[in-house]
Amino acid sequence: MSEENKLEGLNKPEYEITPEMRSNIAITTLDRIYNLGRRYSVWPLMFGLACCGIEFICTAASRYDIARFGMEVMRPSPRQADLMIISGTVTKKMLPQIVRLFNQMPEPKYVMAMGACASGGGPFKEGYNVVSGIDKYLPVDVYVPGCPPTPQALLHGLMKLQEKIDGESYFKRFRERKENIEAIPIPILGPDIIDPRDYEIIKNPSKSKVAA
Amino acid sequence: MTEAAPVVQSVLETRFPGVVTPDERKGYEGYIVTKEKLVELATALRDEMGYDFLSSVTAVDYLSEEETNLEVVYHLYKSTGGGSLVLSVQLPRDNPVVDSLVSVYPGADFQEREAYDLMGIRFDKHPDLRRILMWEGFEGHPLRKDWKEAYHNEDTKPFSNRWPDGQIFRSEDKNPYGKNNIYPVGFDPTKWEATEESLLYAGLGKAVGEKGNIETDYLVVNMGPQHPSTHGVFRMAVVLDGETIIALKPVVGYLHRNHEKIGERNTYLHNMPFTDRLDYISSLSNNFGYALAVEKLMGKKGAPSERAEYIRVIMAELTRISNHVWAIGFLLNDLGAFFTPALYAIEERELILDIFEATTGSRMMCNYFRFGGVARDFPEGVLQKIRDLVFERLPRKIDDIDAYLTDNEIVLTRTQGVGILTPEDAIAYSATGPMLRASGVPYDIRRADPYGIYDRFDFDVAVRYHGDCYDRFIIRLDEIRQSIRILEQALDQIPEGSVISGSNPYQVRVPAGESYGRVEGPKGELGFYIVSNGKPHPWRYHVRAPSFINLTAMEKMCIGQKIADVVVILGSIDIVLGETDR
Repeated sequence: MSEENKLEGLNKPEYEITPEMRSNIAITTLDRIYNLGRRYSVWPLMFGLACCGIEFICTAASRYDIARFGMEVMRPSPRQADLMIISGTVTKKMLPQIVRLFNQMPEPKYVMAMGACASGGGPFKEGYNVVSGIDKYLPVDVYVPGCPPTPQALLHGLMKLQEKIDGESYFKRFRERKENIEAIPIPILGPDIIDPRDYEIIKNPSKSKVAA
Repeated sequence: MTEAAPVVQSVLETRFPGVVTPDERKGYEGYIVTKEKLVELATALRDEMGYDFLSSVTAVDYLSEEETNLEVVYHLYKSTGGGSLVLSVQLPRDNPVVDSLVSVYPGADFQEREAYDLMGIRFDKHPDLRRILMWEGFEGHPLRKDWKEAYHNEDTKPFSNRWPDGQIFRSEDKNPYGKNNIYPVGFDPTKWEATEESLLYAGLGKAVGEKGNIETDYLVVNMGPQHPSTHGVFRMAVVLDGETIIALKPVVGYLHRNHEKIGERNTYLHNMPFTDRLDYISSLSNNFGYALAVEKLMGKKGAPSERAEYIRVIMAELTRISNHVWAIGFLLNDLGAFFTPALYAIEERELILDIFEATTGSRMMCNYFRFGGVARDFPEGVLQKIRDLVFERLPRKIDDIDAYLTDNEIVLTRTQGVGILTPEDAIAYSATGPMLRASGVPYDIRRADPYGIYDRFDFDVAVRYHGDCYDRFIIRLDEIRQSIRILEQALDQIPEGSVISGSNPYQVRVPAGESYGRVEGPKGELGFYIVSNGKPHPWRYHVRAPSFINLTAMEKMCIGQKIADVVVILGSIDIVLGETDR
């Protein structure tokens, strides 16, 4: 859907508006107008992990200019951010901090896995200190492939996120999820990283679904 | 080894009979030292023979059927230039203890901690021997050859299950936890108590010492790992008295990507793309260092072709420029001039990245160097583009940046006299690159121990003498100008011809031995230490990362300064976390 069509879409459901009033009045659904505001003011968390963080900065600079999407307001504080771009390799040592930052972000929040490492471990997957994909711990909305993704690829990912926001319903996202929103338990640095949700499996590896 | 080596050898053998013996193994050039006399020998080397610069400390695990020794390897240099002196100490596997060299060379501090962390070697009398890259409590010492990670498949690549039939399984499906984790048998997670932080704060307490008579409380501030001006996932624990810093401990390892462990599994050529991801701002310099180290081992067969040598220099110097403009832009970011100076810097960097993309296929991760040359020649028109940039645009733009920033009052007040590092300290702490030269030590490997074809070019080693943040900022501008000079000459002289000597093989034959290849990277001395046993994979692969070792002097520079200056000092060191943590 082109940009123009989306704005035209504001006038649905179709009520007859007299031609002389058309420049002043639009009738639309709450979801649509709400999402329109949200999609153009996604504030990313100012947070770079590795190489992808450099491309993220380049995307914010003048040549690629993330401001065209209303996303140039990067916040170093998770309390003011909507979007967490996991830009780089997630290591086990860093994981507790990442989960804590995610927990501190207010709803509605989104996670983007930028690059091969964040999506699935990338070239470092086999490493002893590397988490093979942040989606083992956080709910990821958009994956951006590349190592590192070019700024164009990142912008494409952001546009995909905007599409996702468009399709959301205010009531579904907040009313229904209200009870379900709970913090993700923060992993612990033990002899290896310990996910508190896995206590049972760790104590008893034979109970796990996958055969060793 | 230099021409002076016989002299050193005779002195060492008369002064330290029975302590120092030349390393007889094939392909090795150093000396084996008995561990009892190491500190005494190092002191003599430093004070009497001029080996005042400890470049690298690392350890090698020689685990095989005949041998079980661990070996600590030291690379010493003279700060006046020349080749290396390699010392190694052999230690038994069950009790690897050696005296720490921190008292002689303070720059050994972090490197010994790394050897302790990854290889399990204990350094006696080390002031603060904790794990550095992994966390305290982690099980095992990962770089030992008998330590296997959770996703361990086979010792070497390519894995037989991937080839030739291409049966690929996901490592997750083989691991009982479905994740890249492994726990000791019978481990009970509910009873685990973390000791990481308490040990860090205990170390800080030691540094603070006794309080005076005044009724006051010290404040511990943790900056990072998520902080907008730590240039990535870097953390500093700072003890403050009011606003003045009285102790500071860098905490690194948040981006430890197991570069060395993975590197020892890869074939030699396999590793080239991984070196890109060390210092990801200047990937081509990393390629250069790694290619040099392997070519050194390969001997005559590895010598690059003439055109390739020029292309390497052109690419390395362009990388230096792009790195330095980035560093300047982000130093200004750290000073509070948020993003506007960085935009000017990134503009120039993007133009250089265009050249990289056209030539190598990638903006950042170039993977361009090969053993004996480079992967491909410049495409049509790119050389002209470089000429336009080097002869027309860059000198003008650098003058612009100079004019905007150098005399800026805020820059002057925030950086002059802040974070001073004296030349003696800079050498003692093994600082390299712009940080060393801003302290008044004219040590540039391109001149002091030339590699490639740098001896053909006419350029000056940029030096500044105050050792403060301002000099570390201004020296980067100086270095860009010198790089432009080198580029001008290289672009005029570049010959036609093949870009690689011989064919471009997937597999190179590397004879057994050790080698240490080092280049003057944009951040400092980037060294690759490689031990080969004649197989297609390096037996030991170690990276001497300049950002990591430059951080050793961080505490020294910060003590007595205000908390707001820490950010500036860190920005002026110019670290990249991919390289710091590897």
